[in-house]
Amino acid sequence: MDHTPLWISLKVAGCATVFTFFLGLFAARLVTGMKKGKGLLDGLFSLPMVLPPTVVGFFLLVLFGRNAAPGKFLERFGWSFLFTWQGAVLAAVAVSFPLMYRASRGALEQVEVSLLHAARTLGMSETEIFWRVQVPAARPGILAGTILSFARAMGEFGATIMVAGNIPGRTQTMSVAVYTAMQSGNRALAYRWAAVILAVSFLSVFLMNLALKPKKHDASKEEVR
Amino acid sequence: MSLYVDIEKTYGDFALKVSFETEDEVFAILGASGCGKSLTLKCIAGIEKPDRGVIRLDGDVLFDSGRRTDVPAGKRRIGYLFQDHALFPTMTVFENILCGARDKTVAREYVRRFCLEGREGLYPAQLSGGQKQRTALARMLAAGPRYLLLDEPFSGMDGHLKLRLEQELLDAIESCGGRAVFVSHDREEVCRMTERIAVMDGGRIVEIRPKDELFSSPRTLAAIRLTGCENVSRVEKKDGRWYAPDWGMYLKAPSLTGEDAGRYRYAAVRAHDFVAETEPEGTGSEGTGPEENRIGCEILREISEPFYVTVCCRGRKVPGAKETVPEADFPGTGETVLTARFPRAEWEGLRARGIFTGGRLKLYIPEEKLILLER
Repeated sequence: MDHTPLWISLKVAGCATVFTFFLGLFAARLVTGMKKGKGLLDGLFSLPMVLPPTVVGFFLLVLFGRNAAPGKFLERFGWSFLFTWQGAVLAAVAVSFPLMYRASRGALEQVEVSLLHAARTLGMSETEIFWRVQVPAARPGILAGTILSFARAMGEFGATIMVAGNIPGRTQTMSVAVYTAMQSGNRALAYRWAAVILAVSFLSVFLMNLALKPKKHDASKEEVR
Repeated sequence: MSLYVDIEKTYGDFALKVSFETEDEVFAILGASGCGKSLTLKCIAGIEKPDRGVIRLDGDVLFDSGRRTDVPAGKRRIGYLFQDHALFPTMTVFENILCGARDKTVAREYVRRFCLEGREGLYPAQLSGGQKQRTALARMLAAGPRYLLLDEPFSGMDGHLKLRLEQELLDAIESCGGRAVFVSHDREEVCRMTERIAVMDGGRIVEIRPKDELFSSPRTLAAIRLTGCENVSRVEKKDGRWYAPDWGMYLKAPSLTGEDAGRYRYAAVRAHDFVAETEPEGTGSEGTGPEENRIGCEILREISEPFYVTVCCRGRKVPGAKETVPEADFPGTGETVLTARFPRAEWEGLRARGIFTGGRLKLYIPEEKLILLER
């Protein structure tokens, strides 16, 4: 059994999670701080979650293809998202972004507003408030969002196959490998990849529950005198 | 010269319009919840932005809508003590204080000053109420504020702890210039903490008075309610005399004889100012009709408190009195409940003397105890 789909999947999902983490978090910060136009932007950011992944992939294909400005721009540097593992990362980011965005937005909105007010009166800068007060207080939700995004990136199929294709050893991820194995009638291989995916997915959920377990500072209700 | 505030802000249906000036003092704003007192503090701190107006501290303009000045909260150097302390839950006591102090040596000094040694490494959720307040105070003062705002810091605390923390807070205020605005709905807290009190109602300050004056002679309905007076009635002229329709009682007071008595709209009497009277024998049964400031009551409920007995009673016609108040004058008899309070011993004495036999009691309001309000 060729193990490359596992490594490609981990590489793609890992890279995608890093990008999604920051993009989702900043999008969440942007929207929570907004007064007007909140609903519109929120809808836009959540769109990839409700669209079929193939449609997301189609848009990415159009956007980064040779005939569109972003694609042309990247081509000048000899870069292309089409049929490369970077393309798979792009697809995974696009599809997992709404999960990260929504989870962190929910978590940030839950943070007691008086904490932010207190931080402001103490003279902390907005950046400092975000990283030292808001994010730590919203940590469980943000972590959950990150793990969920990783799992989603790992399982991404539709957009990936549209943008990055199915090139064994280069862009073939595990979920694509299952499909290919079934297509070519290799049931045993399909079973094996399915088992690996199952294991990795279970691990993600397990880690998420571990991360959401209350820490001593946010849950200890008993008061020590 | 100290804090000058003159601001307006609308929030949906709610309109805030406050203006006051403080000296070098602890200035209180007393108001029911939702009256806009917290919003006022938030505007001063720079957390909320007023629609219009001016805020000046020691001559420095912090906010001026005309000149488009709006110093950001972090640069105003105004300390704000929050209702729930607003300690950062993911930081230890030391880290919390460090957020204000910005310097480890300074932070350590404040840990020592507020007796938090040995607790530096704990998280807020692991602290007692008193330790939480001390941490919040240390954090606030370590930032070196020029002025302090205290937003109901004691709400939800029990009596004993509260008294001690109030004194600690006063010491802390004293140590940084003795200037603060203290906001609360609790008259006793406000009375203990400050000398001058502003009464706030519906987004406006209705009166600003030295505390002794406010408690002895409030001028507004909001103030009388906030200072804990349960008995209020409208007043009107009737048959050439002053009459309280909500109580069914004619009134007599020195201030009601003056030329300008017409400005009074409400009368009030504190529960402990009532005098229980022996049922007069024969008097009042002939001649001038019901006596002024006296009312015969039916006792509805007797509430025993540690040192007092509170009596809820309903005005009813004095037995034997010739002319009584027509029933129609009571706007629903249930509304005319009067609350009187007597020291326990006195009440037991009255009982022993059989003063209120048959669940009846005659109450008298001494003329000088009748409080008259213009609005």
